[in-house]
Amino acid sequence: MAKVSLQGVSKFYGKVQAVKKIDLEIIDKEFLVLVGPSGCGKSSSLRMIAGLEEIDEGIIKIGDKEMNNLEPRERNVSMVFQNYALYPHMTVEENLGFSLKIAGLAKKEIEQRVNEAAGILDITEFLQRKPSQLSGGQRQRVAMGRAIVRRPDVFLFDEPLSNLDAKLRNQMRTEIKRLHQKVSTTIVYVTHDQVEAMTLADRIVIMKDGIIEQIGTPLDLFERPATKFVATFIGSPSMNMIKASIVKQNNELSMKTNDGVIVPVPKDKQKSVIEGQNISFGFRAEDIVPLKFGQKPSSAWEMQSSVNLAEPLGTETLIFTNFGEIEIVSRMFTPEQVKSNDNLNFALNLDRTYLFDENSGLAI
Amino acid sequence: MNKKQINNILIWFSAIVLIILIMTPGLWVVLTAFRPQVDVMAKPAVWIPRNLNLIQFETMLFGGSEGSMGRSPIPVLSYLRNSLIISFTSTFIAVLVGTIGGYGFARHNFKHKNKYFLLIMLTRTIPGISLSLPIFIIFSKIGLIDTHIGIILVFVALNIPFTVWLTDGFFRQIPRAMSEVAMTDGCTKLQAFWHIELPLSRSGIASAGIFAFLISWNEYALVSNLARSTDSKTLTVGLMDFTAQFTINWPGMCALAVFIIIPALILTFMVQKHLVTGLTFGGVKG
Repeated sequence: MAKVSLQGVSKFYGKVQAVKKIDLEIIDKEFLVLVGPSGCGKSSSLRMIAGLEEIDEGIIKIGDKEMNNLEPRERNVSMVFQNYALYPHMTVEENLGFSLKIAGLAKKEIEQRVNEAAGILDITEFLQRKPSQLSGGQRQRVAMGRAIVRRPDVFLFDEPLSNLDAKLRNQMRTEIKRLHQKVSTTIVYVTHDQVEAMTLADRIVIMKDGIIEQIGTPLDLFERPATKFVATFIGSPSMNMIKASIVKQNNELSMKTNDGVIVPVPKDKQKSVIEGQNISFGFRAEDIVPLKFGQKPSSAWEMQSSVNLAEPLGTETLIFTNFGEIEIVSRMFTPEQVKSNDNLNFALNLDRTYLFDENSGLAI
Repeated sequence: MNKKQINNILIWFSAIVLIILIMTPGLWVVLTAFRPQVDVMAKPAVWIPRNLNLIQFETMLFGGSEGSMGRSPIPVLSYLRNSLIISFTSTFIAVLVGTIGGYGFARHNFKHKNKYFLLIMLTRTIPGISLSLPIFIIFSKIGLIDTHIGIILVFVALNIPFTVWLTDGFFRQIPRAMSEVAMTDGCTKLQAFWHIELPLSRSGIASAGIFAFLISWNEYALVSNLARSTDSKTLTVGLMDFTAQFTINWPGMCALAVFIIIPALILTFMVQKHLVTGLTFGGVKG
């Protein structure tokens, strides 16, 4: 029952504007992920929703209620912090029940709700331990348990997994997703990890330098990046991106890279560019494949290049090769042995090539 | 013998020499308290005590018994009462105010914060004794000479800077997220402080408290000026009562000194655990 809305929200630290008039509507029960490089304003935005930072400009509403002048405790939000921030002098049980005790609930009710939360997160056996006697993953669970006992309107997660090792991170990621299904409450989740964002989110908000670059479902962002930044930020390995200018050749517009490689502008983009325009064009690793190992795309541009390096990953192999002078990466799904210095024919799928205006960074 | 063993022996040897140097005067005070005046004044010195007795303590506390010098001239119990009242009250106030100050410096940003902090610390660079005359003049004008309140005020002022400094460091060690999570957990700022940050820094506060108490308990120079009668004289100032125009009752004075040391020792042992964690905090993680 709690949508969250940010209307023209800004945050200043001294003269630096960390968040620049952002607008955002978070739907009830949605899992929304704020993602971006460090310093992009995602954490500040989250902390403003929590009430831990002043809102310097704009309005934040939870439900239909304006939050600007309310204390954190009056907002009915729960926050999970990166360093867990468990109360070290209390047992797990006391940690979980603390907010209910402060709220003045009866002992019996506290016990019941603590046990319920402990059950959901599978930490019942640790209830009498102190946080220092728990492993990282267990601490993270307690932190989440502490957040859910309150039955808040909104959960706020501030990079909750970045202190965990890779294996545990994957495991906890799944658990967070499961938790959302169980408690179905609005979640705002901040991370700098695009994989976390892609796997967890109903919708992703990509931020950079205090502004929102794009809002959309994970697939939206992957398939239709609105800006060059989004295109390179989402997806792993990162999208290959090459600078070029538009030239006319044989009555057709082409893209000429800085080191002289000429690639035709995809058919559907022919009318969207003009001669002389500076652009970048990008393509994902799986959209440039060695010819003899894959099926040739219907609208292909071919080039020959030698392999700099190959990384076999089992189901796929990443091949590093040169596109003109620039190193790009190609992803091949056929498990064939490829060696360095092999000369291969690559086919670039022009239908899946993205063009961005070099000045504005916007997709063409 | 290898190099490590030689090193160890050297370290132990220096430590023992150092301990002897530190302990000897204290030991001498304790010994003197149990010896007759003749032994104490003997020349050449009697190093190994020949007979020990409790006469000085009996005289001091119970007004003497048969064979002693008669009724104690020194109102030790009044001094004890003054010392207790002054030390505990001033410690309580200094720790209370100092902790709030330390919290403020650790958690809040305000203009010229560092300068204020430096200023508070600078007050401790002035030798206390040099303040005795100005304080005496001011106190005599407002009628605080020879009162508990006057002496308590001086000790509070003396102890607050140290308390601020020590607790500031402690509060800084507690992650900010701790109080933030408490605030989203439904606490007011004050509740977050009371339930979370205060218990987490109790080692620091205990250390600050014991230091403040010892300073107040042992202070002599300032109180000797401000206290005039049994209304406010503390035990340390009471030591001077053992001096007469031509004689000094050394065993009596030392007996009182021992009497002064005991409560301080007991208190220090009681909070020893906190004191050790308190003073090594920051160096040791988690």
